[in-house]
Amino acid sequence: MSENADAGAKGASDGAVPAAWEPVIGLEIHVQLATATKMFCGCELSFGERPNTHTCAVCLGLPGSLPVANARAVHFGLMIGLALGSELAPRSIFHRKNYFYPDLPKGYQISQYEEPLCRGGRLGDVRIHRVHLEEDAAKLIHVGASGRIHGSDASVVDFNRGGTPLAEIVTEPDLRSPEQCSEWLKLLRTTLRQLGVSDVNMEEGSLRCDANVSVRPAGARELGTKAELKNMNSFRYLERGIRAEIARQVEVLQRGGEVVQETLHYDPASDRLTSLRSKEEAHDYRYFPEPDLIPVAIDERMLARARAELPELPAARAERFQRQLGLSRESAQLLAFRAELGDYLEAALAAGAEPEPPPQALANWVSGELAGRLDEGADPASSRVTAAALAALVGLVSAKRVSVGAARQVLDKLVTEGGEDPAAIIEREGLAALDGGEELAAVVAAALDANADAAERVRAGNEKAIGPIIGTVMRETKGRADGGEVRRLVREQLGI
Amino acid sequence: MSAGDILELSASAAAAAVDSGELSARELFETYRVRAAADRDAGIEGLNCFTWVADEVPAEAPPAPLHGVPIAIKDLFCVEGVPSQAGSRILEGYRPPYTASSVSRLREAGACLLAKTNQDEFAMGSSNENSAFGPVLNPWDRARVPGGSSGGSAAAVAAGLAPWALGTDTGGSIRQPAALCGIVGMKPTYGTVSRYGMIAFASSLDQAGPLTRDVSDAALMLRHMSGRDACDATSLHSASVEPPSARRLDGLRLGVPEELAGEGIEAGVLECCRSTLSLAEGLGADVAEVRLPHAPHALAAYYVLAPAEASSNLARFDGVRYGLRAEADDLLAMYTRTRHDGFGPEVKRRIMLGTYALSSGYYEAYYGRAQRVRTKIAEDFAAAFQSVDYIVSPTSPTVAFKLGERTSDPLSMYLSDYCTVPMSLAGIPAISIPCGLSDGLPVGLQLAGPALSDSRLLDAAHALEQAIEFDPRAARV
Repeated sequence: MSENADAGAKGASDGAVPAAWEPVIGLEIHVQLATATKMFCGCELSFGERPNTHTCAVCLGLPGSLPVANARAVHFGLMIGLALGSELAPRSIFHRKNYFYPDLPKGYQISQYEEPLCRGGRLGDVRIHRVHLEEDAAKLIHVGASGRIHGSDASVVDFNRGGTPLAEIVTEPDLRSPEQCSEWLKLLRTTLRQLGVSDVNMEEGSLRCDANVSVRPAGARELGTKAELKNMNSFRYLERGIRAEIARQVEVLQRGGEVVQETLHYDPASDRLTSLRSKEEAHDYRYFPEPDLIPVAIDERMLARARAELPELPAARAERFQRQLGLSRESAQLLAFRAELGDYLEAALAAGAEPEPPPQALANWVSGELAGRLDEGADPASSRVTAAALAALVGLVSAKRVSVGAARQVLDKLVTEGGEDPAAIIEREGLAALDGGEELAAVVAAALDANADAAERVRAGNEKAIGPIIGTVMRETKGRADGGEVRRLVREQLGI
Repeated sequence: MSAGDILELSASAAAAAVDSGELSARELFETYRVRAAADRDAGIEGLNCFTWVADEVPAEAPPAPLHGVPIAIKDLFCVEGVPSQAGSRILEGYRPPYTASSVSRLREAGACLLAKTNQDEFAMGSSNENSAFGPVLNPWDRARVPGGSSGGSAAAVAAGLAPWALGTDTGGSIRQPAALCGIVGMKPTYGTVSRYGMIAFASSLDQAGPLTRDVSDAALMLRHMSGRDACDATSLHSASVEPPSARRLDGLRLGVPEELAGEGIEAGVLECCRSTLSLAEGLGADVAEVRLPHAPHALAAYYVLAPAEASSNLARFDGVRYGLRAEADDLLAMYTRTRHDGFGPEVKRRIMLGTYALSSGYYEAYYGRAQRVRTKIAEDFAAAFQSVDYIVSPTSPTVAFKLGERTSDPLSMYLSDYCTVPMSLAGIPAISIPCGLSDGLPVGLQLAGPALSDSRLLDAAHALEQAIEFDPRAARV
């Protein structure tokens, strides 16, 4: 008995996979390359322009037109291959992938097939199978209620996107959970962004991810039958789609059924998977070498140029953050994999703040306090808080010239008002740390008077009772006092 | 200059006459335009050479090497604003928004577009009977075919309806009609002339070339359209073609392959070719036998590779964007009906052949194997050119055959290209020159040289041409 997903199986949302089963996932990622022009013609790439304004004889597939490969796209492909540690083919060739569809004006897509630009490689703990170049299809817009081809009143084609250069990155089936897939894809996204080869925006479609999902009995070596999931256009949908498909397959297998090889469309609105086509309906693409193009021959000069343009990549940067700055592994990865946070940290360290902030503390302030005050995913460099100001503030905290609580208030001010000089804000707002001097001792004495009961209990050995006393001091000093110092003074004045 | 005198001029001579002021470009163009328009208006009562003829004399242009000499161009070359249908119904009403690179270059050199010529649909055919515009008739005998697929171009030049014409050759589509119509036709080295704007049949074989009254005209046309084109990745940097001047063949070795000059060749054709080889010896050439052991397999390989590429090249004619679109309720029915109505039987046959040859499970047995045969054939030629300078054979196994004689038997039609397909598969240049008559019909002799030897191949052909003294006048209308 075999079963497909045609019934529109709804995924179990709790996501817990029974221990008897192991999901096996491989990803196929399409990346739109940020070249100036299309893959095989001179049209500028289009982003939201009026439909069919970025077209020519070549990308419309007019009779007699011929493709010419974009050298910049090849260069970007080489940079990706180098970044992933792939083997670069000295000679790769384009094939034609033949099928009829209105978004494919030539009746074939030009894509690399048997001899891709890059083979093998690794990113993090996931092996890369291959990377190849191809052209994007045009955009079909289905006019009518469903927004999909079935049940629409009419379909219109916008050829602006047609011919946009794509790199297709295919992983080995090394991923084991939806969360790991989305984490890894974020690492890939950062890597590609660092390379400067793509805008890598999932919502806008410049980064698209399909997943091959199968499930096998835990400990088995043989792979189960896979289903290919499409249309997961955000990290959240990627996780949800894969989770739903794992649950569906586990359910089928637990009932003694068989998973059918098919292509599934994920609908985020309903969290449902519907079958696009089964293996029997699979196209015969009749691949053959594209006779209109010559092989892509890579020479030393091209390689040297690609190598020269490679920036430091996230994995290497995380390693350097650990080694050079002594950051924790978690912190180093967090800052390296979100390149804008890493850049901000490095700018702050280079600001020469006095007193000098320790790197780990600064890292925590960048990824925690500052990032937490900005919109999710925002680049702190475009906030009102300059890296130098944050460095100065964290330096003051570390030197105990301002308490953590007061520093948070200063950061609030910096986020809303900006400003170069946190010391000036501290001064203006009277937020300077009360050192262990008479002023703070007097406040502590007053707090003990006001909390006589609690003071008794602390003296009697109830440590927890110290809370309200410290709270009073903090309130009275508007957070300027250092918590540790206050605790010390309380105990001192109570004679314990 | 009288109309009769004008029509006697080769393209080179006409350009010289305009340059010297003996003749105005306007008079030259109008003389041919009137004749071409009359043929178009007569349809099948005439020779049916043209699919479109210019309405008026083009505006005067600044002086250029070709001085306004009119040119007829095979329908499959895209010309901006001019109907370009590749002889097919499926492109009914299609006027391209751009012009083929080869045509642009000829125009920049001063040539003026006189007419588009009839052809076999998508260049698939050897008799010009597979055209949506009806057959072209052979000016030597109107009951016979002009050859194909550049049949309209060949017949127009032979009949004096155009000074010269541009054609394309995939497996013999310039050389074979040139032979059958008694004119010169050349397929240059693959990549010499840009394919950009040529509606594709088989991309790895298609090559544009001249159909002319004499070898000098062929050299002149090639000179003004060859060279690297940034729009065609497979185009080559080639040396400039020089005007041919040789009158002797001293020291040159001509190889005659028994595979292409023996069995299956009509006796009258063989005899004509043999007497031309005697003339060559008289000009100082050595004639020797060479072997092309794989040449007999060329046709089989060609009829796998060319249809395979064609099946993909012709996928774009789907009714979505241009040309014919059949009304239907859903996408698949629209595709099917459009292609059913738009393509003729020979085109459908080749699409099916090619689709089959590329199908999963058959690819290696057909396409893969045919590619290996292609390599072997190229190696045969390379080996032969170690011992001879040129290879000589008949262009066509027969003289022009009767209309309808081979239409019901595709295989006999395919044999028309038996002698020309090997050179196409090897990508080497080959030229057909008229070498005599057999039963009152012209016979073509084919000379082939190594890749990029185009200029000296033309030179050798010129020397032979001078000795042959072929009289083309019987074909004039």
